[in-house]
Amino acid sequence: MSESATPTFPKHLLDFRDWSRPQVESLLETAQMMQEVLSRPVKKVPALTGFTVATVFFEPSTRTRLSFELAARRMSADVVSFASATSSTTKGETYKDTLRTLDQMGIDAYILRVDAAGVCHQAFGWLQKPIINAGDGWRAHPTQALLDAFTLREKLGSLEGKKIAIVGDILHSRVARSNAELLPMLGASVVACGPATLLPGHLIGASLTTNLKEALSEADAVMVLRLQKERMDKGLLPSLPEYIAGYQVTEERLRWAKPQAPLLHPGPMNRDVELEGSLADTPRSLVERQVANGQAVRMAVLYHLLVGKKS
Amino acid sequence: MKGEILIKNAKLVDGRGEHGQADLLIGEGHILSLAGGDAPTVLDAAGRVLSPGFFDPHAHLREPGQEVKEDLKSGLTAAARGGYTDVVSMPNTSPVVDSPEVVRALKEKAARIGQARLHPAAALTQGQEGKVLSEARLLREAGAVMLTDDGRTNEDAGVLAQGLQYAASWGLLVSVHAEDAGLRRGGVMHEGEVSFRLGLPGNTGFAEAARIARDLEIVRYVVQGPGALSLEPGRSLLHVQHLSTRRGLELLRQAKQAGLPVSTEVGPHHLTLTDTHLESLNPIYKVAPPLRTQADVEALLKGLLDGTIDCIGTDHAPHTQDEKELDMLRAPFGIPNIEVCWPLLYTELVLKRGFPLPTLLERFTDGPRRLLGFPPIHLREGAEASLVLWSPADERPVEPHTFASKAKYSPWAGWVLRGWPALTLVEGRVVYAQTVQV
Repeated sequence: MSESATPTFPKHLLDFRDWSRPQVESLLETAQMMQEVLSRPVKKVPALTGFTVATVFFEPSTRTRLSFELAARRMSADVVSFASATSSTTKGETYKDTLRTLDQMGIDAYILRVDAAGVCHQAFGWLQKPIINAGDGWRAHPTQALLDAFTLREKLGSLEGKKIAIVGDILHSRVARSNAELLPMLGASVVACGPATLLPGHLIGASLTTNLKEALSEADAVMVLRLQKERMDKGLLPSLPEYIAGYQVTEERLRWAKPQAPLLHPGPMNRDVELEGSLADTPRSLVERQVANGQAVRMAVLYHLLVGKKS
Repeated sequence: MKGEILIKNAKLVDGRGEHGQADLLIGEGHILSLAGGDAPTVLDAAGRVLSPGFFDPHAHLREPGQEVKEDLKSGLTAAARGGYTDVVSMPNTSPVVDSPEVVRALKEKAARIGQARLHPAAALTQGQEGKVLSEARLLREAGAVMLTDDGRTNEDAGVLAQGLQYAASWGLLVSVHAEDAGLRRGGVMHEGEVSFRLGLPGNTGFAEAARIARDLEIVRYVVQGPGALSLEPGRSLLHVQHLSTRRGLELLRQAKQAGLPVSTEVGPHHLTLTDTHLESLNPIYKVAPPLRTQADVEALLKGLLDGTIDCIGTDHAPHTQDEKELDMLRAPFGIPNIEVCWPLLYTELVLKRGFPLPTLLERFTDGPRRLLGFPPIHLREGAEASLVLWSPADERPVEPHTFASKAKYSPWAGWVLRGWPALTLVEGRVVYAQTVQV
C-alpha cells in the first residue's frame, strides 16, 4: 500500500486515551461512507466476510447490541451473541474464564459491555484481540461518543469552538466521560451540569457546574442524559420532582441556549423526567438521527479495527 | 567461648544506629559475644548487615478458614524470608479469632511450624460484630497481643470507648481500621482526579481523617474523662492501622504532641505507590485504604521520619490470583507484601531518597515492639538472637513466582531491589537461609 493520509489505528477501542484526532477524523470519514452504504436498497457490503464478531454483554442492553450486530452483519461478518442472562456468569464463572472460553471458538473481535469500569482493558490483556468497549460501568462508552460527535458535525459542521452542554447524572455516566474525552479533541468545549451530588469533583475535558442556566447559556448543542431512578434509593437525590425542578431541560430553559441548538439524548429517554417530553418530537431533537448514525459509526469502528491499517 | 553459630564480619545496624563490624557468637538463643568465639557453624557475612529481626504488627495470615489464600505455614515462611521474626496476625478469619481456645491453637500450630513467631491479635468484639466485647483477660492469657475489629470499621463510638477502657485495663492495645463507612461508601480507589476520570467509585481521604478525628476524641474521653484510666507511661492505647493520608497524619501528630496515648503504622504500598497506578485498571492495586496521592506519600515519609508514625505494618493481605483477576468492583481489597517489604523500603527510601537507615530499622523493630510492650532487641551481648542478616549489595528483581506466600503476584513485580534478607534467626535458630548463602 502506498503511504496515504490514513493514520494507523490502535487495536482496540477501549476509550480515547490511545486515539489521536487524525485517527478519529479518519474514523468519522469512514462512518460517512458507511452511511452511504446504509442508504442503498441493499444495505450490505462484503468488507468483513470471513470475520467472526462476538457481542458479549454482561449487562442488559437491547439497542446498543442490536446496533452493533446489524453493523457487523451489514459488512458480512458472522455474529455470535453472548448475554449474561443466558450465560454462565450467574453460575459464578469469572469474566476471565468466560472470555477465555469464548476465545476458543475462533472469534476475531469482541464487543463488550460490563457493569464494572476497566473490564475491557483487562479483557484486552487476557485475549490480545480487538476489543470494542460497548460500555464499562461508569467509565466509557466510546461508540456513543463517536455517534454523538458524528451527529453533531452533521448538524453543526465543524465542532471547533462550539459549546456542548451535557446535563444530568454526570458522576455515573460513561456517556458523559467519553464525550468529555472526545469532543474537546474535535475542538469543542464541554460543560457538564447536574445536581451537586451527581457531579464528579472534576472531569478532565469538561468544566462542571450545578447551574443549569450557566451550562445552557449560549450552548451550541445540549445533550441530556438519562436519569437512573435508583439514584433516589442511594440518597443522592431527594426526589424526582426535586430533580425536575432543578434540571429538567424544557423548551423554556432551552431559550438560554443558542437559537435552535439541537438536542441529543443517548436513550432510552424518560420523557418528562430529564427532558420535557414534547421536546423529543420537535425538529431540534436529533435523538432518532443518533440511533441511525450509530450503526454507521459502529460499522466504521469494526472496519478499522478488523481490516483497517493497524499500528 | 563456645557457641552454636558464629557470624563473622557482619556490619551491625539496629534501631539505635550503626555499630561497626563484629564477629557475632550465637548460642542458647542469645548473642553470646560480639568478639567471636568457637562454633560448629561459621558464616562469613562480609558485605552484609546484621539487624534485629523485623516485627510486623499487622498481617493477614488467613488461618483459620481462608487457607486457600494463605495459611500459617506459607505466611510465616514468607515472613521469615522477608526478614521477619515476629508477626501479629489479624483476627478477621472465618471463624473470627475471638476465643482463647483459637488463639492458643494458632500459637501452638505456629510454634510447631517453627518459622517466624506468631502473635495473634484477637477481635475487639465477639465475631467482630461491634456489639459485645470479647474476653480481653482470657485472650491475653492465651497469647493475644492486641485487640482489633480490623477488616471492619468500628462504627459504634460507644462500643469502641468501652473496648478501649476494658482492653487497657488488661494491658492490651486496641487497633482500628480508621475509615468512616458512610464517607467511604462503596469506594474502590482513592477519590480524586484519577477516580473521576476512570469512572470508579472513590473513597475519599477524608473518610480516614474523619474517623481518626472521632477516635482521638474517644481516646481523650477515655484518658481524660471522668473515671479516667491510669495508663502505663509511654504505652499506646489506640493504634491507627495502615495510615494513608496527609490529613490523618496531621491529626495524629497533633494528638501525640498533646500527649494522647496513640500510635500508628504505615504499609509499604502507601509509601511507594499512588492512585495513578490504578490507571492500569488492574485490581492488583486495589487495597483498603486505597493508594493515595504523591502528596500523601511525601507527608507519610515525613511522619515516618519524625516518629509520628511508630512503625511499618505490612498489612500483608493475600488473596488468590483468581480473586485479584476479578474486575475493579468485585476483586477483594489487599496487597501481599511481607516478602518484599524490607528490600522495597530499603531501596526506595534509604537508597533512592536518603532516608536514614537506623530510623527505618527502628520502625521495623523497636517501634512495633514498643507499642505492643515487647522489649527491644539491640545488638549487644546477651540480646535475644532473633536477627536478620541482609545484603545491601544483593540486587535483583521481585519475582512473585518464587514467593513462599500463596499469593504469587505483586504490584512490585519486576522492580529491581537491594537489601534482600539472606538469613533469618529466631532465638538462635536458622528459620531462613538464602540458598546461595554460606
